[in-house]
Amino acid sequence: MTTTERTGLVLSGVTLRLGDGDSVVTALDHVDLTVAPGELVAVVGPSGAGKSSLLAVAGALTIPDEGTVTIDGQDIATMSSRARAAYRRDHIGFVFQSGNLLPALTALDQLRLVGTLSRRRADDRDPAQLLADVGMAHRADRRPHQLSGGERQRIGIARALVGRPSLLLVDEPTAALDRARSHEVVQLLAKETKQTAVATVMVTHDHDVLEHCDRVVEMIDGRLSAG
Amino acid sequence: MFLALRELRFARSRFTLMGSVVALIAVLMVLLSGLSSGLVNDGVSGLQRLPVTAFAFDAGTKLDSAFSRSVVDADQVARWREQPGVQDAAPFGTMLVNTRSNRGVPIDLALFGVEPGSFLTPTAAEGSGLGAPDGLVVSRTALDAGLRIGDVLTVDRIGTRLTVVGVTADQHTFGHVDVAYLPLAAWRRLHAGVGPGEELRTQQADQATAVAIRGDGTIDLAAGDAAAGTSAVTKETSYGASPGYTAETSTLTLIQVFLYAISALVVGAFFTVWTINRRHELAVLRAMGAARRYLLRDGLVQALVILTASIAVGVAGGAGFGGLMGGTGVPFALEAPAVTFASLLLVLLGLFGAATAIVRVAAIDPLAALGGQR
Ligand SMILES: Nc1ncnc2c1ncn2[C@@H]1O[C@H](COP(=O)(O)OP(=O)(O)OP(=O)(O)O)[C@@H](O)[C@H]1O
Ligand SMILES: [Mg+2]
Repeated sequence: MTTTERTGLVLSGVTLRLGDGDSVVTALDHVDLTVAPGELVAVVGPSGAGKSSLLAVAGALTIPDEGTVTIDGQDIATMSSRARAAYRRDHIGFVFQSGNLLPALTALDQLRLVGTLSRRRADDRDPAQLLADVGMAHRADRRPHQLSGGERQRIGIARALVGRPSLLLVDEPTAALDRARSHEVVQLLAKETKQTAVATVMVTHDHDVLEHCDRVVEMIDGRLSAG
Repeated sequence: MFLALRELRFARSRFTLMGSVVALIAVLMVLLSGLSSGLVNDGVSGLQRLPVTAFAFDAGTKLDSAFSRSVVDADQVARWREQPGVQDAAPFGTMLVNTRSNRGVPIDLALFGVEPGSFLTPTAAEGSGLGAPDGLVVSRTALDAGLRIGDVLTVDRIGTRLTVVGVTADQHTFGHVDVAYLPLAAWRRLHAGVGPGEELRTQQADQATAVAIRGDGTIDLAAGDAAAGTSAVTKETSYGASPGYTAETSTLTLIQVFLYAISALVVGAFFTVWTINRRHELAVLRAMGAARRYLLRDGLVQALVILTASIAVGVAGGAGFGGLMGGTGVPFALEAPAVTFASLLLVLLGLFGAATAIVRVAAIDPLAALGGQR
């Protein structure tokens, strides 16, 4: 979709304050983070540390109060809300907790939906092939309520990859899964990260799965340190 | 479209429920529309069918009683005929009479007195046209009341005998009473209350109720009024002078306005609940980069599909129901343009209700997609 060279995600000096008026929380406090293409970085830390906020800023869902966010060399903090939506659509993949699939759609249609979000999608991966790549070809016609948590998460990952994103952001993908499923899902993430040279940031509480990650960083009170 | 249609299928029980409500509203709307067209027909179809642009009543006549009170003379007709833009002008008489036919059928008639050969002369679809001094050409609906060609009617009190010689092709009624056309000379005698064998006073020999004017759009009514000493109104305005017309139409219009408001509210409320249920889903779509326009279009497609489908069902049901009322004497007339207009209005108002609900939710913060279900 774009000819820009892949250089990954760079956050520098990112500060995000949340809340209004009297109760302002510094969710991110001068955070620096670089994730290279093909690298899977895990973010761990206690509840309320600012992990989801980090994903929100890196994923152009919100703009930081200070600092810069660049993806493949492009500064996304200066974009309008409409331009950020288009940027998310074309360059960023999200995997949410518990999959967040659309209840009305079959597994295959979850992936095909991505292709309907804009007209110029010639570069997209083939939904059926991608579904097979994540091992869900035999579930193509099932709707979310007919799928297990692990299956939903795999489909959520496939959905995030349809548009060949530069950046993949994953929020607690294993929160609802047992140990074996958790390993499978994170292994899938690691495999896809390598194969598609996407820069992946995964927030997790699950220390078991860290072995599949290239790097672990820890977030405490909005500050980031090497884990 | 992609998501909209799949959701319609997935949540079809919910959509069907709401569609049934809209369909019922559409049934009501069709019935009201039929009733209102029926009442208008019953009230003023006799005037509608006249090839007249305007009526000029005697100066100072109040409109609401003009057709019963106004009296104009031949001089006023002649002056109107000379006005620029006027193609023709003719004396026109109206009066209501109670009659009884030789076969014992009592019937009330609105007598329209016209000069045979003038542009007001009705065309008879059956029997002969206007011409015989006591010959009536009656509205088709008078046949339903029990009249036949050849019947002799006796006018109450005066005792004048009139013969039915012809029938018009369609309904001609005035103030819910069947119209009977008769030669103006006969009308003048009846209007003056002159019985058989009595003499009409010369002063009454050239009178009529109003000057019927036919012309193009350029007629200057005020100038004509000044020249002829009349108060002229367009044919459409003159409907207000038909007995009961204004009260009936305004009541029905009020009911229809309420119905439209209710349907917009129902559809709006449904889509508000529906979209609020989908908040999390919409936030996920926004996070995935769906434009607001995309969500809006999707929601409007859903609304449009439900509205058109349920209104089509409702209109069909209403028309079927209305067909059953045909023989009951209830004034009911379905007119395609009126029903089409009302259906389109229902669709538009429904879309408006849906759009106001969707716009608010499409503005949802995509941040809400992060973290679990909140
Ligand atoms: N909309 C908001 N308004 C105000 N404060 C907020 C808002 N969202 C989050 N916060 C606060 O910002 C801080 C960081 O929140 P964040 O959701 O990033 O934490 P987290 O590390 O993802 O926690 P968890 O592990 O529980 O998901 C918390 O103190 C939280 O209370
Ligand atoms: Mg979180």
